[in-house]
Amino acid sequence: MTTAATTTRRTLIPFGPQHPVLPEPLHLRLVLEDEKVVEALPAVGYIHRGIEKLAELKDFQQNVFLLEHICGICSFIHSLAYCQGIEELMQLEVPPRAKYLRVVWSELNRLHSHLLWLGLLADSFGFESLFMQVWKTREKVLDLEEATAGARIMLSTCAIGGVRRDLTDEQIAQVLRGLDAIERDFESFIPAVITDTTVKHRLVGVGVITQQQAHELGAVGPVARASGIARDLRVTGYAAYGDLGVNPVIETDGDCYARTLVRVRELHQSLLLIRKALKRIPATPIAVPVKGNPTGEVVSRVEQPRGEVLYYLKANGTKFLERVRVRTPTFANIPALLAMLPGNELADVPVITLAIDPCVSCTER
Amino acid sequence: MLHNVTDVTVATLLDAVAARFPQGSRLITLTCVDCGDDVEVLYHFDRNYELSHLRLRVAKGTVVPSISGIYSCAVIVENELKDLFGLAFDGLALDYEGRFILAEGAPVAPMLRTAPAQAAARNGELKM
Repeated sequence: MTTAATTTRRTLIPFGPQHPVLPEPLHLRLVLEDEKVVEALPAVGYIHRGIEKLAELKDFQQNVFLLEHICGICSFIHSLAYCQGIEELMQLEVPPRAKYLRVVWSELNRLHSHLLWLGLLADSFGFESLFMQVWKTREKVLDLEEATAGARIMLSTCAIGGVRRDLTDEQIAQVLRGLDAIERDFESFIPAVITDTTVKHRLVGVGVITQQQAHELGAVGPVARASGIARDLRVTGYAAYGDLGVNPVIETDGDCYARTLVRVRELHQSLLLIRKALKRIPATPIAVPVKGNPTGEVVSRVEQPRGEVLYYLKANGTKFLERVRVRTPTFANIPALLAMLPGNELADVPVITLAIDPCVSCTER
Repeated sequence: MLHNVTDVTVATLLDAVAARFPQGSRLITLTCVDCGDDVEVLYHFDRNYELSHLRLRVAKGTVVPSISGIYSCAVIVENELKDLFGLAFDGLALDYEGRFILAEGAPVAPMLRTAPAQAAARNGELKM
């Protein structure tokens, strides 16, 4: 006797590594029954750069510049995580003003990262006007990064012992004016993101993972928070976050729409944090001198736009480190992505993949 | 500095990991460190923002039990360590057989120390 189960044909479809919705190469092997995904397997390595290995060959000061090149989107936060680790090993006390400036630049990174993602998501389901409007606003964030850190992609701004640049009163006023303009832009497009019927049709109930799954699969960042896990490393109070206060933004539905809502609400949270930081920024030096070489082992963690990044550093008292290990948030979210895909239509795979905000440069550091 | 570090052996690793799972500990990642004749594998866990670590030190070539049967998310990082450090895992839930990150013809275990080149780079004799 032939049953329906035995006559169902399975098809293997390659998704990526080159795909219109993917800015970077990521390959998924999708097993389909008709149009439904029943299994997904990842394959990475297309742009692996061996940065962890190279970091053993550069001295610990040069590594700041190397490691912030892991990602062009959250470059400042990579260098912050590394610098905080070395500072702990060398028992350096970073001046308060530097801690506040680190918050300002971290949140500018988060703002432009979330806007970049939102534009890509809109593009993935054909909402071109939203894509263009969001990226127009992202340009304003990049202008603020350039005005305060010297370049649209912030490099060599964070340093071991503090930061390399200070903000004048005029620059602070410029940033505050810029944030007002960005917030006005939010009012023009965010209602479309959260209320538009076609947007909700593509996102609600799609790519669901439960809180339990998110926890067991090690999900981090907005992916975990959209499934009801109130975990945000800024709560631990690194840099000046302890003074400013951060409450994790959470949603509970665990679908692509919930992930969108978390990031949209975090846009407002970042504006608030930057304003608070600039209002309270103390007048102190911006760095302390670094003497000697680090020794010992440390784990440093901070919250990137995509979630927790972990740096494990092992030093031996020379200027070279024994080991630099980086676990980026996208790497942690791959198992969650594989759990989101089964049961969904092939046409939803690009949207679900984008909803974790994959950064392949980070994953293949 | 690294706190809450527990040393484990190949024989005690799985029990130590299994004890953390029902406590609600989240597996963050694994770190492999080349220590010459040995390798160290660190298992990093988080529970309510508190870190804890298991440290396994074994001779190179030792087969390490996979924890992917307890924490399924470990399968990705164990395959990564297999590719980059040549670590052999027993009981991997999904084995890419050294082709998770590396392609055919790639260097074998490229993250292991190649002492002469490393020393030359550090002495400034080799430009990296």
